Amino acid sequence: MYEIRIHGRGGQGAVMAGGMLASALVLEGKYVVAVPSFGFERRGAPVASYLRLDDREIRQMTNIYHPDCILCIDPTVARAVDVFDGVRDNAVLVQTTARPLEELKFPGRIATVGLCDGVAIALELFGRPITNTIMLGAFARTTGLVTLESLRTAIMESEFRDAGLEQNLAALERGFNATRVHRIECREAAA
Amino acid sequence: MSAVLKPKSKLIVCDGNEAAAWAVAAARVEMVAVYPITPQSSLVEYLAKFVADGRLAAELVDAEGEHSVLSVLQGACLAGARTYTASCGPGVAFMFEPYVRTPGLRLPIVMGIVTRDLLTPQSVWGGQQDAMSVREAGWIQVYCESVQEVLDTTIMAYKIAEHRDVMLPVNVCHDGNYLSFGAARVELPDQAEVDAFLGEKDVNWHVALDPRRPMAVDPLTGGAVGSGPATFVRYRKGECSAMQNALSVITEVHEEWGRRFGRTHAPLVERYRMQDADYALVTIGSMTGAAKDAVDAARERGEKVGLLKVKTYRPFPVQAVAAALAQVKAAGVVDRSVSFGWNCGPLFQDVIGALYHAPRRVAAMSFIGGLAGADITTGHFDEAIRRVAELAQGAAAGGTVWLNEKD
Repeated sequence: MYEIRIHGRGGQGAVMAGGMLASALVLEGKYVVAVPSFGFERRGAPVASYLRLDDREIRQMTNIYHPDCILCIDPTVARAVDVFDGVRDNAVLVQTTARPLEELKFPGRIATVGLCDGVAIALELFGRPITNTIMLGAFARTTGLVTLESLRTAIMESEFRDAGLEQNLAALERGFNATRVHRIECREAAA
Repeated sequence: MSAVLKPKSKLIVCDGNEAAAWAVAAARVEMVAVYPITPQSSLVEYLAKFVADGRLAAELVDAEGEHSVLSVLQGACLAGARTYTASCGPGVAFMFEPYVRTPGLRLPIVMGIVTRDLLTPQSVWGGQQDAMSVREAGWIQVYCESVQEVLDTTIMAYKIAEHRDVMLPVNVCHDGNYLSFGAARVELPDQAEVDAFLGEKDVNWHVALDPRRPMAVDPLTGGAVGSGPATFVRYRKGECSAMQNALSVITEVHEEWGRRFGRTHAPLVERYRMQDADYALVTIGSMTGAAKDAVDAARERGEKVGLLKVKTYRPFPVQAVAAALAQVKAAGVVDRSVSFGWNCGPLFQDVIGALYHAPRRVAAMSFIGGLAGADITTGHFDEAIRRVAELAQGAAAGGTVWLNEKD
């Protein structure tokens, strides 16, 4: 079983990203469970959603406390919540940011980092910092756990209330292409 | 009537609320009355969308409150329609008067309870206190473990409710938050197969608002004189007998579902790794998945632990529970609600009541977790398994254990 925790802010589509990623994985024959965190969600407030995937049926309908992967679709939410809480060894971080790897702080348990300036792409495409489909592209590029083709199909089957399908397909592609993946050498001491 | 599901079964990813709406469409429900309330609201939105899209050929009444919601459905059901609603928490509380009338009228209404903890303190999150608070109102209550089970059970509920040996309303309960918004891979059943499975609706042969069959519906009955006492007893006994009939009907309907759709769900209780178990957890609802994973992990450590999931809660499957637990030394019952009167969980109360029928005494203890949206993780179940193992070895049961007390 592989566990992913998606961090974002209300309005960016973190929960919807979980749903679309789940659909894409099912298209590839995986089993999934996607559970959103819940509260009184409002625009700008930190939100999280949880996604498990496996080759066999998943029984746990619970939140995720020890993720294998952190998909962070907002550049500043890490100031408000500890996005690395409970993260496993050799974990993957997929982060939207304009900054280079050297300027980022993350624990030694992170072994792979995928970086993408999702906000810049979103402002260009949507005129608003809605990063979810861009960061799904970044996730696909970083982890290789899902193909762009499946994500494309999942996005086409989703319903966008206030943004066009074509824009989101473009966003996915842009996110994939713009992502730089870094393998982190032994950083145990820096943890 | 033209619900337009895809002709063949299809894999989708959806949450429990959407799964319930798909089931309502598949069951060709004709009358839906709703009042949106967290965490049921998106279920209502899916129903409204399905009606707007022509996927569900039902009339949808957005009533001014839950009291009216169920009153609308009573009228529709008496007039011969297949009916559905869903509610939770304070909505169920506001619905109480028509709610308690429905079983006595023997109306086969299906109502989802997207379980939510009750006030107060103010809370909008999951917990089974709402459904448990109406456990003695005469409705059949079944609790689902997974999104697929929500879909399959909501369809099966019509066949159970409308069965002539039953004729009672059914609550299909799914946990607020974890099942209402938790999404999973789900298989949509083939529409033609669902049609064949459910057959013709059969809702008002016994009591009707029908000009061609004029009758008095629910006349004054009872009192201490004349035929009053005996007549009232006949009604009440009839309801109680129908509840007991439901045990076998629920079993038959689940078996037929398995044969037709190739997916089996345990009808009354599910025994999980109970074969050689020394002790057991008893669970209800969506917590069961994490509990099964914890049981598997404990088995790998050599612990002889099993699990009993209660799906059908009303009528309570007394014999099935007693038979399953008679072979273990100790049981730990995990509730997602409380019994204020007994300072334990309500399911725990039912289980120890059933164990009166066991040939020997089985030690038992009550765990309460997952109130007001709290999570019950494999870690909580590890702790519960440890406590029940001690109980099986002769430790004193002690009081109720509150699993999230230190979270």
